[in-house]
Amino acid sequence: MKVLVAVKRVVDYNVKVRVKADNSGVDLANVKMSMNPFCEIAVEEAVRLKEKGVASEIVVVSVGPTAAQEQLRTALALGADRAILVEAADELNSLAVAKALKAVVDKEQPQLVILGKQAIDSDNNQTGQMLAALTGFAQGTFASKVEVAGDKVNVTREIDGGLQTVALNLPAIVTTDLRLNEPRYASLPNIMKAKKKPLETVTPDALGVSLASTNKTLKVEAPAARSAGIKVKSVAELVEKLKNEAKVI
Amino acid sequence: MTILVVAEHENGAVAPATLNTVAAAAKIGGDIHVLVAGANVGGVAESAAKIAGVAKVLVADNAAYAHALPENVAPLLVELAKGYSHVLAPATTNGKNILPRVAALLDVDQISEIIAVESADTFKRPIYAGNAIATVQSNAAIKVITVRTTGFDAVAAEGGSAAVEAVAAAHDAGKSAFVGEELAKSDRPELTAAKIVVSGGRGMGNGDNFKHLYALADKLGAAVGASRAAVDAGFVPNDMQVGQTGKIVAPQLYIAVGISGAIQHLAGMKDSKVIVAINKDEEAPIFQVADYGLVADLFEAVPELEKLV
Repeated sequence: MKVLVAVKRVVDYNVKVRVKADNSGVDLANVKMSMNPFCEIAVEEAVRLKEKGVASEIVVVSVGPTAAQEQLRTALALGADRAILVEAADELNSLAVAKALKAVVDKEQPQLVILGKQAIDSDNNQTGQMLAALTGFAQGTFASKVEVAGDKVNVTREIDGGLQTVALNLPAIVTTDLRLNEPRYASLPNIMKAKKKPLETVTPDALGVSLASTNKTLKVEAPAARSAGIKVKSVAELVEKLKNEAKVI
Repeated sequence: MTILVVAEHENGAVAPATLNTVAAAAKIGGDIHVLVAGANVGGVAESAAKIAGVAKVLVADNAAYAHALPENVAPLLVELAKGYSHVLAPATTNGKNILPRVAALLDVDQISEIIAVESADTFKRPIYAGNAIATVQSNAAIKVITVRTTGFDAVAAEGGSAAVEAVAAAHDAGKSAFVGEELAKSDRPELTAAKIVVSGGRGMGNGDNFKHLYALADKLGAAVGASRAAVDAGFVPNDMQVGQTGKIVAPQLYIAVGISGAIQHLAGMKDSKVIVAINKDEEAPIFQVADYGLVADLFEAVPELEKLV
């Protein structure tokens, strides 16, 4: 079966971001960008499904700026077969991305679509669920285990109190949680080979998708800073402070 | 303006997260209706009717809504949402699973994990693992929102007397089925609702050493959490993970033991009122957010702390 994987270009997870002085957003100039960690897990899961003989083709898609080609090339180096970039300059909301992905799903007709559970920049955790709504597919979010069995996929999900397993009819949408797998690294020969793999670029207009949004970000501020703490010398002093100064125990 | 709050419930009782979500709804202003969807949820509906400030409780009692499968619950919410200005759910795994599906079906953008209400259409939410706070305005006819429960003080669970009304609508998409679940058992308070949380990290060394934290937690009436490093090393199950990808907590007191303080962990706990760090590495980033830091070997400090509290 064909598997579609969505990846997002985001600020690297190790970067401590700074808010711009004019409160218009976060300063991303000259900051290291990477593939969103949850998307790496999504690519890895697709590649493992192909290695098991379950998946026949892996198509990786990104909705974003021209530079997102780098992340698509990374996914190709990890084992995806071909890539599609839906080129859009603006910072998009989840619904717009889901609509663009829906158009790609209509065209490619995958049996399984794998996304990360959330992007570490917007922290929205919406796109997979929205894509499931627009396509009418079943959804298996926060997946820690994915097993394709005939015309169904069994997804074990991380829920608040533990784990839950659901059986979904295919085609289905799966979003990955951290423990689904450990992503591999791209080897140098594979990075070289990935340069020759096909990467198609389309515009939202060509897909007939409107990127309009009902949400508007008015401002972005730094969080309130915590006042500096103190170092205590002993456990006895710690307990005394917690009891008498902070009054929390 | 009427607001629909989707109740979170488990084992036949309203979950505390619902009370924080009703508090957020009260800040928006207007009549508050609570939806209880599930199978055999008559008892939940009765307790939901007692929540302070709730005007009406809608009960959708149907086998199709058991285990909150989004393929079945989302169409129900879409049908009901037409009469409301806002649809709110707590940002629990259920809320996060179902609400974006509802928003997309209504063709509106969702606002995730709000921590403050500025006005009926403007909200604050953290982005970039809590390193920035965005103020977001929605012009959607129906505003679909998930609420970070630690951002709002819970309303009283008693004192209200709302009318309970049954919803007949049955939606069974037939696309998904519940197979089973495996819940972690614990007698300690629930992590996200606990007043005190004691968390361990990689520095604990192994799962067995968490017994020191359990002993301290039991003495304090605290919940026990963990960093991702401790979960990935297999010391404890993953539902104990505090952080950007785990649970978000904001207790009165957070005690971080053997946790370095990576930004992904801080995203889950830096709104705690008082933070204590016990770590033998005095350069650990956790000391930058800790109100009280103790540079010491945790295997000596934790048992001593347990004796003294």
